[in-house]
Amino acid sequence: MSSDAFQFRSRMRSFTDRLVTALAILATLIVIAPLVAIFVYLLYMGTSSLNLDFFIKTPVPVGETGGGMANAILGSGILLGVASVIGVPIGIGAGIFLAEFGRGGKLALAIRFTADVLNGVPSIVMGLAAYALIVAPKIPFLPFTGHFSAFSGGVALGFMMIPTVCRTTEEMLLMVPHAVREAALGLGVPNWRSVLSITVKTASPGIITGCMLAFARVAGETAPLIFTVLGNQFWSTNLNQPIAALPLQIYVYAMSPYDDWHRLAWAGSLVLIVLIVLAVSLVRYVTSRGVLKGAS
Amino acid sequence: MNAKVPDIHISQAQFQPEPDSTSGQALAEIAPAEPSAVRKYLLSLGSSANTDRAFAWLMLLCGLSIFAIVALIAFELVVRSQLSLHKFGLGFFYQVFTDPDTHMQTFWDPVNSYFGARPFIYGTLVSSFLALLMAIPLAVGLAIFLTEMCPKALRGPLAFITELLAAIPSVIYGLWAVFVLVPLLREHVNPLLIKTLGWTGFFDDTNPTGLGYLSAGVILAIMILPIISSLTREVMTAVPHSQREAVLALGATRWEMIRMGVLRNARIGIVGAIILGLGRALGETMAVAMVIGATPEIHRSLLANGSSMATVIANEYAEAISDIHLSALTEIGLALFVVTIIVNALAQVLIWAVTRGTPAQTR
Amino acid sequence: MGVGIEVINLNAWYGTNHTLQDINLNIPANHATALIGPSGCGKSTFVRCINRMHETNPIARATGIVRIGDLDIYKDAKPVQIRRRVGMVFQRPNPFPTMSIYDNVAAGLKLNGYSNRRSLDEIVERSLKNSALWDEVKDDLKKKSGASLSGGQQQRLCIARALAVDPEVLLMDEPASALDPVSTSKIEDLIFQLKSQYTIVIVTHNMQQAARVAEKTGFFLNGRMVEFDSTHKIFTNPSDKRTEDYITGRFG
Repeated sequence: MSSDAFQFRSRMRSFTDRLVTALAILATLIVIAPLVAIFVYLLYMGTSSLNLDFFIKTPVPVGETGGGMANAILGSGILLGVASVIGVPIGIGAGIFLAEFGRGGKLALAIRFTADVLNGVPSIVMGLAAYALIVAPKIPFLPFTGHFSAFSGGVALGFMMIPTVCRTTEEMLLMVPHAVREAALGLGVPNWRSVLSITVKTASPGIITGCMLAFARVAGETAPLIFTVLGNQFWSTNLNQPIAALPLQIYVYAMSPYDDWHRLAWAGSLVLIVLIVLAVSLVRYVTSRGVLKGAS
Repeated sequence: MNAKVPDIHISQAQFQPEPDSTSGQALAEIAPAEPSAVRKYLLSLGSSANTDRAFAWLMLLCGLSIFAIVALIAFELVVRSQLSLHKFGLGFFYQVFTDPDTHMQTFWDPVNSYFGARPFIYGTLVSSFLALLMAIPLAVGLAIFLTEMCPKALRGPLAFITELLAAIPSVIYGLWAVFVLVPLLREHVNPLLIKTLGWTGFFDDTNPTGLGYLSAGVILAIMILPIISSLTREVMTAVPHSQREAVLALGATRWEMIRMGVLRNARIGIVGAIILGLGRALGETMAVAMVIGATPEIHRSLLANGSSMATVIANEYAEAISDIHLSALTEIGLALFVVTIIVNALAQVLIWAVTRGTPAQTR
Repeated sequence: MGVGIEVINLNAWYGTNHTLQDINLNIPANHATALIGPSGCGKSTFVRCINRMHETNPIARATGIVRIGDLDIYKDAKPVQIRRRVGMVFQRPNPFPTMSIYDNVAAGLKLNGYSNRRSLDEIVERSLKNSALWDEVKDDLKKKSGASLSGGQQQRLCIARALAVDPEVLLMDEPASALDPVSTSKIEDLIFQLKSQYTIVIVTHNMQQAARVAEKTGFFLNGRMVEFDSTHKIFTNPSDKRTEDYITGRFG
């Protein structure tokens, strides 16, 4: 009898094993399904709505057909430019501090932890902060304050880039072999020069990757823009004025009751996603190739 | 004593002559009177100690700015929500008002300056909970498949696909949800739920739009899946190989190996990954705003319209009608900020507890 | 042109670990001096004290007097200034991976702001010739990266890089320990040729190597210098029992 019981249990065990395998595969399929659905739908709706006008014209009033999102694309570019000017240097600087100066110290640990926490702060809260910091108060003699402006949205996006840029910079710098640093110091190169011209330069493909990742992440952010840059139906390149942004425009059009606008929303989404997928693929290509190829 | 030494195979002839006073003359002949141009240049350089110090301080400043940003956000949110904090106190988070004219209960009525955050807290919790309920088994299943079962050739592409899922902007998820997911739920899923589970009270037939807590929960689940899954994968990979082999050596099946060798060792980190996913779900704005229905009400039915903390800010902030309205919305933002900071800090601690000691990876 | 090194009462620590204890010696100019001893005896720490690389580790410190020529390096100068006068070749070849061969050799000058292009070309050529690498790389100086060379070539590149700044002293920390026998013998030949122009201090765990290239040899044990004398004397008639035990292979 014990043999029977043993056989039964053994069969049960292998059955469970197979069941779990099946469930895991099922889970994988369920995860992939929405992605495929989103992409197929996006491609279908996007390509059928996309035309040259989309890239060269500004929105037209309700009722008229046609028009495009040229101003929103330009606006997004400007916003991301402002964001990068703020987020990239501070993020890289903080990463350099963590990897080169703060190594193992309590301060570095605290900064790293805070960066990870900042990374998790909801984007809408970032928007609130930018509003409270720049849009609401009218500070005498300070430009950009006291009203909705492109600058305030750029600041919000820039702050959001910092943690990602900082943490990838740190990780990439830590991958640079210690021997390379020693070689530079041994030549009597000052530390600052050694860090910038040797360590950072060696890790630069990885650091650029981190910046692209941060860039891709904030490129599609909408929530922090709603009450900072506000949106704009017309051409604007003025940092001091409300400006259009691609994700914001998509949101406005998606929530509108007009079919024409829905089509523009799909086209805008397709453009946005193509840009982001390109960035992410590039990142993946660079990282899989080995960031420090040949570096020891 | 001398006799032992020549063991090493070096003949006398190989030795270099010793330098001493006699070679001094030869040295003087070779030595040039002038140092070379390069040497002169290098000797003229300073120590650049000041530049080094300035550089180190600058980098430190960049690092400290991360503290400054978090502090600044907290400060601004607290200052801007003073009005509401003073007027409502802690009651803000649970109070209910009765309208004197209609005698109806109300939580949030900007026109008459009634502000209570209860429906938004409820909406955030319900939609996040639904999202976790759906995302956890799928994410862990996917992670198990990718780390333990998947053929090597498939692993890269699948991981890339999940990465892509994480990179899609919230507003595009929202767009897709509005035009594809919500109609799908409205036409096919909701009627089924109402018919089979209507008796529980969680699914009733009063909202024909298809918007609501459930739609928000589903789209949130799709959005937090990649985060939970990739972090789970990270902590599972961090489990040493020896742990797996130890269990396999006892004659365990693959599932038993995963359960006892991997999941048991990685469980703290997986909980961390789930909490991090929760953090994202709590703060997610645009996609939820587009499908939750945007009404400041509380319903038992998951198919009813509601609102969440993040969405009410997105919907009303730009068009707020009074200072107290702005202040109340900011206070909701403050609450969201505090909660997500706590949740994220907790998640980080748990994940670090598991991955500490393994090499850093890019997420 | 090399200068002599005078070391008086040098002590060094890593954290609480007293790695060098009361070292006193005079290293002659324009000759090769070998430092031998079992691993962990402090010989590497010693050379790193001579160009103040020791203190790049935050937990490390050193006391005592080290004079290079007339300069008391712990009193009269800053670390970067010392390191510009004292070249160093490390145990593992460490060319800058993102730089071309040319830029690797010129790095010490370029990174210190020296930008005279014609002069740089000359220096790079001379340094590569002095390190016996010129003929192997002259055709793709700016095309190939330093990391694309073989291990032995990389180490000679590192020597060229150290020579390019025209140092007065050249420190070599087990320069051949990571290389194959052929590359090792090339490096040894090189040391042989260079020592008429530079003061060379070479750390090695290979006694034959010490005997082949150095006029003077110091034996280190447990952070102390047991004996310092002419190489001939150390290997044939050491005065200390511990030196004898070491070179006859009784330990280490």
